[in-house]
Amino acid sequence: MKASGMFTDQAEMMQRHKALVMGSPREKYLPFLVAGLMLAVALFALFRLEFSFARLGAGIVQLGTFLGLMIPPSPGTQLYALLKALAETVAIAFLGTLLAAVLSFPLGFFAARNTMANGIVRFMTRRFSDTIRGVDTLIWALIWINVVGLGPFAGVLAIMTSDIGAFSKLYSEAIEAVDRKAGEGVVSSGGSKLHAIRFGIVPQVMPVFISQILYYFESNTRSATIIGIVGAGGIGLYLAETIRTYEWDNVAFIILMVLVTVAVIDAISSRLRLAIVGQRTVTS
Amino acid sequence: MASAIPVLPEQRVADLYAPYKQELAAKRRITLIGALVLLVLTMIAGRVAEVDADKFFSNIYRFTDYFHRLFFLDTGASVFTDVREWFWGLQKWTRHILDTLLIAYLGTLFGAIGAFLICFAATMNLAVNPARRFLARRFLEFCRTVPEIVFALIFVVAFGLGPVPGVLAIMIHTVGALGKLFAEVVENIDMKPVEGAIASGATRWQAIRYAAVPQVLPNFASYALLRFEINVRGASVMGFVGAGGIGQELIEAIRKFYYSDVSAILLLIIATVMIIDLVTERIRHSLISQEHGR
Repeated sequence: MKASGMFTDQAEMMQRHKALVMGSPREKYLPFLVAGLMLAVALFALFRLEFSFARLGAGIVQLGTFLGLMIPPSPGTQLYALLKALAETVAIAFLGTLLAAVLSFPLGFFAARNTMANGIVRFMTRRFSDTIRGVDTLIWALIWINVVGLGPFAGVLAIMTSDIGAFSKLYSEAIEAVDRKAGEGVVSSGGSKLHAIRFGIVPQVMPVFISQILYYFESNTRSATIIGIVGAGGIGLYLAETIRTYEWDNVAFIILMVLVTVAVIDAISSRLRLAIVGQRTVTS
Repeated sequence: MASAIPVLPEQRVADLYAPYKQELAAKRRITLIGALVLLVLTMIAGRVAEVDADKFFSNIYRFTDYFHRLFFLDTGASVFTDVREWFWGLQKWTRHILDTLLIAYLGTLFGAIGAFLICFAATMNLAVNPARRFLARRFLEFCRTVPEIVFALIFVVAFGLGPVPGVLAIMIHTVGALGKLFAEVVENIDMKPVEGAIASGATRWQAIRYAAVPQVLPNFASYALLRFEINVRGASVMGFVGAGGIGQELIEAIRKFYYSDVSAILLLIIATVMIIDLVTERIRHSLISQEHGR
């Protein structure tokens, strides 16, 4: 072993600073305990969900074949229909986000501690948005299809519904994080409670709201690509169909289309965010 | 008593007021143009997405009607009169929910491990090879942009029906989502320990292991737990495309109009999601406080 410079005796060092080097027993064994527990659950899950090397191997071979068939990507004979469905997807995401953003505006104030003194209203609003968020967009799509029938309109409503839950939570968090002084100033110079909200709080939270809305627009474009799987409009219908009929070159083309669209929307929304919000960092 | 507020001469007030008014008008103009653009886009989008206010308002009763029906048994009695009949499939559904949780767990675990292995290559501060960094970033982007249910659709064809494709789909999406967050955490670490380790002769991997990983581990765990929450939601709909879990039962109940089953399953899902949220929030808070306590 190499000589360790100025320390004459490594063993003695260890002895002297044992507590520092080794840590308490709790610190020492807890990680192993947690890791062991996680491993045990993972093994149980692998067993229960019927994982097997044979199945994984066969599947990966199959995937390889599919990947081979995906090249070159091709729109097949339905390029026009695909473009139309893509436009529908973007429209669904746009309208769903917009409607949710507008409708959850009052809900955000109802759920925030500093704008809603009534605890019962606050509690109800919060549980309402929790419940809405607990249900996936696809499930909302299925429910709305019962109301307005198959088609993109159901998709718009589904995105809107699940986003109302998300937005009212994010809004209320932003409202609770504002600087109180502006609102107090408005009240002290004779403004009403509503004036305080309009001139003291809204100007502070608007940039945060807008950047969150833009972020959700991008993420909703992704959600809008899949709600077609259950029949709520957009490109998802074609995606599910081409996968089920093994037209892998079309599948690859559709996925590429979606990737490009999401990238474009991402670029536009970050531009807009910069223009509206400035360099301010977003607190999510 | 005389007012202490100085009253400016009229001319001065006018001089000050004019630019203010101009600024305000310019700002209003921009807002107005923005609103107009938004309106036009909304009209176009409404056209494309076949929005039909008439249909909405004439059919909205079906929405409330639907929720109303969710709470009545086939016999026509309210579900609350016979909870046992309402939750007749409790044992079966609990099993499926357990499966759903396990799908989310495995997907998150494998995804987090994958993200951990890739994230260092995607950072600005610890990656040495720009080409590899570019590849790692594009790969992560691809993984998180393609929705997990699309992966599930493809994997169901390749691996057969059941939870296996569900786990793999969630895993891939998690690699993408967590990989990005992990890389951001790594880019924000204190570089001094890393420099210290390298200065005392550590290799790059040793520097990462002993100087970077201890700094990022609590944050990584917190993000992974947050992802687990999201993945539980994701796993609950994997069954829609045949990739295991409670989704299969739910979509069958919805499609076959077994109203009371739909409400029972939905309530179970919502309760599960809420419990998981509460538990992971507890753990995340203790992780964060542990980090700050140091």
